[in-house]
Amino acid sequence: MNLASLKRAAQRLLPSGGWYVIAIPYLWLLLFFLIPFLIVLKISFANIALAMPPVEPVFVWTQEQILQIRLHFSNFGFVFGDSLYIEAFLTSVRIAGVSTLLALLLGYPMAYGIARAPSGWRNVLFLLVVLPFFTSFLLRVYAWLGLLGRSGPLNGLLLHLGLIHEPLQLLQTDFAVYVGMVYSYLPFMILPLYSAIEKLDLNLLEAAADLGCRPAQVFFKITLPLTKEGIFAGCLLVFIPAVGEYVIPALLGGPDTLMIGRVVWDEFFANRDWPVASALAIVLLVLLAGLVLLLQRIQAREEAT
Amino acid sequence: MNERRSLVVLSAMVFGFAFLYLPILAMMVYSFNASRLVTVWDSVNSPTIAWYRELFDNTALLDAARLSFQIATTNATGAVILGTLAAYALDRYRLFKGRGAFNVLTTAPMVLPEVITGLSLLLLFVALEQTVGWPRGRGAVTITIAHITFSMAYVIVIVKARLATVDRSIEEAALDLGARPWKVFAVITLPLIASAIASGWVLAFILSWDDLVITSFVSGPSSTTLPQLVFSKVRLGISPDINALATILVLLVTTCVASAGIYMVRAERRRLRDAQMAFEDGV
Repeated sequence: MNLASLKRAAQRLLPSGGWYVIAIPYLWLLLFFLIPFLIVLKISFANIALAMPPVEPVFVWTQEQILQIRLHFSNFGFVFGDSLYIEAFLTSVRIAGVSTLLALLLGYPMAYGIARAPSGWRNVLFLLVVLPFFTSFLLRVYAWLGLLGRSGPLNGLLLHLGLIHEPLQLLQTDFAVYVGMVYSYLPFMILPLYSAIEKLDLNLLEAAADLGCRPAQVFFKITLPLTKEGIFAGCLLVFIPAVGEYVIPALLGGPDTLMIGRVVWDEFFANRDWPVASALAIVLLVLLAGLVLLLQRIQAREEAT
Repeated sequence: MNERRSLVVLSAMVFGFAFLYLPILAMMVYSFNASRLVTVWDSVNSPTIAWYRELFDNTALLDAARLSFQIATTNATGAVILGTLAAYALDRYRLFKGRGAFNVLTTAPMVLPEVITGLSLLLLFVALEQTVGWPRGRGAVTITIAHITFSMAYVIVIVKARLATVDRSIEEAALDLGARPWKVFAVITLPLIASAIASGWVLAFILSWDDLVITSFVSGPSSTTLPQLVFSKVRLGISPDINALATILVLLVTTCVASAGIYMVRAERRRLRDAQMAFEDGV
């Protein structure tokens, strides 16, 4: 066997370069993203134990070499049976929903203004929207601790204007959580809206106006439907991280602002109940996946008609 | 434009940008306040740089910052390597088994709540330690692995978008002239997507540098990153040295992002000019 045929044989046996390009990131994601999920799913069916890790094994080899699978549905029963958890889910959805709506109401005219600004201004304004995204999320939330405090500038201003007579309790309320959410996720809302509005064909708006549409009608009949995709994308980008948010309710919310991210955190770190934390994570995941699929289906149906 | 509508747009912009920037500016101003009661301005002794001086004497904080920097650098490099490979695989190999699943796996980490990512990775590390004995305990290594896993998704988005705009005929010409595939990638594709890789690196660095939730799940008792230290402190309320720290970090990041932006605009302009020249030479 000569050298060339040996080399060919080796090439046949060893995977080609393209194989590695796909396999390396694929294996990484399988190991560090997919398998962890399966473990969460497994632990959500386990029993809590006084050990490290604090769970009983799910798969057990008995002495007769039989694989015994011990699934406990009690964690899910616990999650759905306790009004605390149900309430945490409802609170999360409510707070994320209201925050998304507020971000949309503020973000839409801002995106509109940026997209319609003179071209020299547009890049600067765009950068100003993106910039907060790069500065520490934690520190930006922290900034509101000072602003909303009893002796903070917002209360100071309201007192000075004579609108209130004693400082309001702004921190540790749902109001503070809404402010923190909109503040943190506004850029996520503006970016897709901006690209949708920028693509808008101005001739259509002019045509509608020429044909006698009032400005409000032009907006609701043409601008809004044509930028629907941007609205969808922006709302998803705000709603999804907001539902599972931990830092904002932990810093700005009160003891009764029970959001699900915070409950998972507390179950895990404070109560060391890994099975219930896992069960909560699974329920949250199913909730989010269901929501995304539902929205995709609505969007697909609208496109079909 | 209609008068009333432009008024709505204008007031939303003024309010919106004030809303985005006033809290940061207020924090910066308060960092020079001498009073320990952060929001009560001590007009006699202010402005002062006392809190900045205190910051640089705080060894726990400096250690945490060093650890965060190390993790963020390693993470950004790892995320860029894996992310570029994945983006290349998705852009160039249209047909391979499990491509659909791969596509989902590459985008899912971006939309997943951080508590779930953190919890699942910790459970994996615990299970791995029990079965294969690696990684021993949790610390910088597990934090870095966790960060690479979620930040590579962002690199993939950026690099994939750039790969889609690369003119394939140049690569094909090189292949026709006998260059090996990896050489084509190194000599032609890589320089073309270099600026996207650079911005992916910066983004991955910042995501890691900022992360609190995932880090808290996968870190050990001996490893405290800067966000963890800041969080444990601000949970107890506002403190003047955190204002000083925030001011430094915000200014640092602003400088970095602004220079990266300018660099990218220049690179883009140069790319267009080169393309134009090549076209004119051809004609």
